[in-house]
Amino acid sequence: MTSQDNRRLDLTLAAGLIALVLMPWYRIRHGFFGFDWLADLTTKRDLWPALVQAVTGRWQLWPILALGALAIFLRLTRAPGASRGRALALTGAAGLVWMVVEGLSIGLRGWNWGLLETTFGAVGGQPAFGAGALILGAIFTLMIAFGQAERGALKGDAFVLGSIALLIALVATFVFYPILSMFTGAFQDFDGSFTTEGVARNIIDPKIWSLSCLTGGYCGVAWRTFFLAICTAAGTTTLGLAFALVATRTAFPFKKSLRLLTVLPIITPPFVVGLALTMMLGRSGVVTQWIEALTGFELGRWLYGLTGIWIAQMLSFTPISFLILIGVVDGVSPSMEEASQTLRSDRWRTFRKVSLPLMAPGLANAFLIGFIESMADFGNPLVLGGSGGVLSTEIFFAVVGAQNDPARAAVLATVLLIFTLSAFLAQRFWLAGRNFATVTGKGDGGRHAMLPARVAAPVIGIVLFWGAFTIAVYALILFGGFVRVWGLDHSLTFEHYQRAFGVALDGGLRWTGVAWNSFWTTMRIALLAAPLTAAVGLLTAWLIVRQRFPGRAIFEFALMMSFAIPGTVIGISYIMAFNLPPVQMTGTAAILIACFVFRNMPVGVRGGVAAMAQLDGSLDEASLTLGAGSGRTMRRVILPLMRPAILAALVYSFVRAITSISAVIFLVSAKYNMATAYIVGLVENGEYGIAIAYSSVLIVVMITVIGGFQLLVGERQMRRREHKLKEAAA
Amino acid sequence: MTEARRGAVEFRNVRKEFGAFTAIPSLDLSIAPGELVTLLGPSGCGKTTTLRMLAGLESPTSGRIEIGGQDVTRLPANRRDVSMVFQSYALFPHMSVAGNVAYGLEAGGLKGPEARAAAEKGLDLVGLGGLGDRLPAELSGGQQQRVAVARALVLEPQVLLLDEPLSNLDARLRRRVRTEIRDLQQRLGFTAVYVTHDQEEALAVSDRIVVMRDGEIAQIGTPRELYDAPASEFIADFIGEANVVDAEIVATSGGQAQVRLGGLLADMPARGLLAGPARVALRSNALRVGAMTGGGLDGAVATSAFLGDHVEYEIDSALGRIFVIDDESDQPLAPGTPVTLTLKPRGAALIP
Repeated sequence: MTSQDNRRLDLTLAAGLIALVLMPWYRIRHGFFGFDWLADLTTKRDLWPALVQAVTGRWQLWPILALGALAIFLRLTRAPGASRGRALALTGAAGLVWMVVEGLSIGLRGWNWGLLETTFGAVGGQPAFGAGALILGAIFTLMIAFGQAERGALKGDAFVLGSIALLIALVATFVFYPILSMFTGAFQDFDGSFTTEGVARNIIDPKIWSLSCLTGGYCGVAWRTFFLAICTAAGTTTLGLAFALVATRTAFPFKKSLRLLTVLPIITPPFVVGLALTMMLGRSGVVTQWIEALTGFELGRWLYGLTGIWIAQMLSFTPISFLILIGVVDGVSPSMEEASQTLRSDRWRTFRKVSLPLMAPGLANAFLIGFIESMADFGNPLVLGGSGGVLSTEIFFAVVGAQNDPARAAVLATVLLIFTLSAFLAQRFWLAGRNFATVTGKGDGGRHAMLPARVAAPVIGIVLFWGAFTIAVYALILFGGFVRVWGLDHSLTFEHYQRAFGVALDGGLRWTGVAWNSFWTTMRIALLAAPLTAAVGLLTAWLIVRQRFPGRAIFEFALMMSFAIPGTVIGISYIMAFNLPPVQMTGTAAILIACFVFRNMPVGVRGGVAAMAQLDGSLDEASLTLGAGSGRTMRRVILPLMRPAILAALVYSFVRAITSISAVIFLVSAKYNMATAYIVGLVENGEYGIAIAYSSVLIVVMITVIGGFQLLVGERQMRRREHKLKEAAA
Repeated sequence: MTEARRGAVEFRNVRKEFGAFTAIPSLDLSIAPGELVTLLGPSGCGKTTTLRMLAGLESPTSGRIEIGGQDVTRLPANRRDVSMVFQSYALFPHMSVAGNVAYGLEAGGLKGPEARAAAEKGLDLVGLGGLGDRLPAELSGGQQQRVAVARALVLEPQVLLLDEPLSNLDARLRRRVRTEIRDLQQRLGFTAVYVTHDQEEALAVSDRIVVMRDGEIAQIGTPRELYDAPASEFIADFIGEANVVDAEIVATSGGQAQVRLGGLLADMPARGLLAGPARVALRSNALRVGAMTGGGLDGAVATSAFLGDHVEYEIDSALGRIFVIDDESDQPLAPGTPVTLTLKPRGAALIP
């Protein structure tokens, strides 16, 4: 045990020493991995490692060196054990705290706050943390974990403790630090000094809070967003319930294909529905022109505004509600309904008095999720908002447009965050424990009652209408890319595809299309982000399900809460947090990857938790008692058994990285432009043809990915069965 | 570590709390090398917690655990020289049977082919040679159980831990497998700690039984000692379903006591008690049911049930309702029949 403690610590400390003595402490603007900075090493002071920096006058690094030396001293003079463990953990914690303090206090041009300058006198500025600093931060974190392991915490399992410590550090850096920066950003002037002026101005702004639409005027953006979210939630819940009822309780012949609907929101970039709607119902839309030609009535711009956004969101989010409510409707125990029928109630009374009340908590859940989705939606309002936007687009225009008012963006983002978090908390606490769905895993005999005729007929009607509408919209998306100029010249052409995805073969393959650049960037970043997301998500799930560490419940809750943070808020907070030292990432691919990983991780966690719950805990314990460590247990037992969950997490995070727009649009740069951001740019320039062609290509790519994934999983199961059959034959 | 200490287990003042709940207040227990010790008790008595602390799957709140003379209190499970057979077997469903058995050997640094060979030997040991390529799901329950035992045994641990290893088997198989486990243990001579809540199983396999209740040891002893000299009413009731009744010691001499039980006089070991009122455990199968003759304990049949090879009675007597297993008569008496109970030799024990 002790030798292992020492070996682990030796490796860690050696890495720390390298970080302090050899690695450049500060960020290198052109990228660490270019290695062209090596040439300038002698001339540029910012490239030197921490040791040299400290000797040449950066006194803020002295405590870090001292703590590093202390850790080495502890290793050399003390035997492993509880007392050294405590000392190591304290050293690591002190190191982290000091790095955070000095990093946040001293910016590019000296002190970040005037108060510090007047107290301590002037100080030279410093760039953002670089390779050396990041490694050392990780080393300090690991020192806390290894120290605790030596004290015997969590049965002395260094792997588990190290994972927990690093995860907490990462989540703190990439979820909570940005949100905090956003709040503080609201209270900062351009030069960084504290001011309440911006907040005070915005928080009472009638443009946000006015309620005058009740008296015929124009309401504030907060109330309009809220109103829209309520309407969308109500609409999607109703439609979702109709679909779920048809799919499970009628003799409707196309039930299987209805379920295909649930895939649509996963593969559709969020603004594409809005785009298709403009092509159908906008000023030069096909349906608009058709109606105008028929009646001679000028329809005008009715689509642009809340009505249009509402229709687009209904199309986008009904499948999600459908997916939730299938589970709810199926979850009502058939024996309840059969009991009701034996108690002299007809089908209508059974539906009204038993089935519907049992579904009520599920309906409320679908409503709240619809509410959060609508609030967080950015793509559709951006395309259809016109002059009357919603909170998410207002946030965007507050930083991107001419007004450049970070305080306003922060206030709006806070308002949005409060709305979505309230809905999340309501879902979590008010609905928790009110679920009547009875999924026990045991076969519950009996069959679900069919819908009474007087409900079935209108419900099927609604479903048919909405299904046809959805199909029309998606047909338009696929078809629109082949039309020369939408609304004016409907002759067919490949021109858009050629401009977007053209290749030339003169002297080797050349990617001449305008879309290739962003397309490859998107693929590269999505391919990098997907395995990271899956790894971090599943590791977290394993820790949450299998390890009992103090603060586990809070950790899990905080993670799940981060899912309720709208992408726009994430985007704005990342800009505010990572644009300046100590952590400077804007304009890099890393910030996009970090954003995807921590935004999509909760889904990986949820899937992992569900998959892990099906694995008997004694499997882990058996592996441990057979002499395998936590790492080996993870690799040999847990991971192979979780393969389907891993594949699902991989595919989901890959697809989400391709389709998301809300956070991405803040973080893209000329060098790293993502497909969605590029398409939105095309839409803003009115180049609908290319935009829609590019969108259809993305959708096809994602269908291929998901289809391939389904085949992969399906094939695996088949092989298993085949094997069994062979076994039986022999 | 001397070779003689190999396999010895020592619990010293071990305490385990789960939050505010104290599962085990203070446990002291020594297990000699080569011994098979059963931890027996009702659910929630702390027996499984004790086993898991020995395995390293739970850490004691305070106290010290030694295996083979070495302090292992803070040693994680994977570095302890013990292995465990789980109640659910916990066979890895994605690995073949041989893969499962080789798993621990590979973790210990053995290379692939060597580990395979050793695993095959382990499977031979439990009579499953040649089934190494199957998946666990393709074996019967009893075979899976033996794979779990083989997987634990190939590591040649100092101590083998068994957590209710038979609870997922049907009654007939259970008897056979417990004999096999006992045989293996006797043949290979390893120390074993066996958790069960089934007193018959415990009596059948153990060198010594540790009866636990509310996290404390209620009594330790050989099966014979527990059966013949229960330390408390709880033990008497738990081992062998005894009727605990009021009695009076009439006289004692030479370690024997003459005890009056209603109308019945019987001799039994005095266990240090003096004349006066006392409590006696009456084994349910040590009472003879006879026609009303006097000279015994008079009563009347309250209920009777015919169970094939024996008849179960509940009999109302002056000492209260008494449960009797009668394996001599084959015609159950009807409720209401007056009867007299007499005592077979060694059928009763005074409770100190």
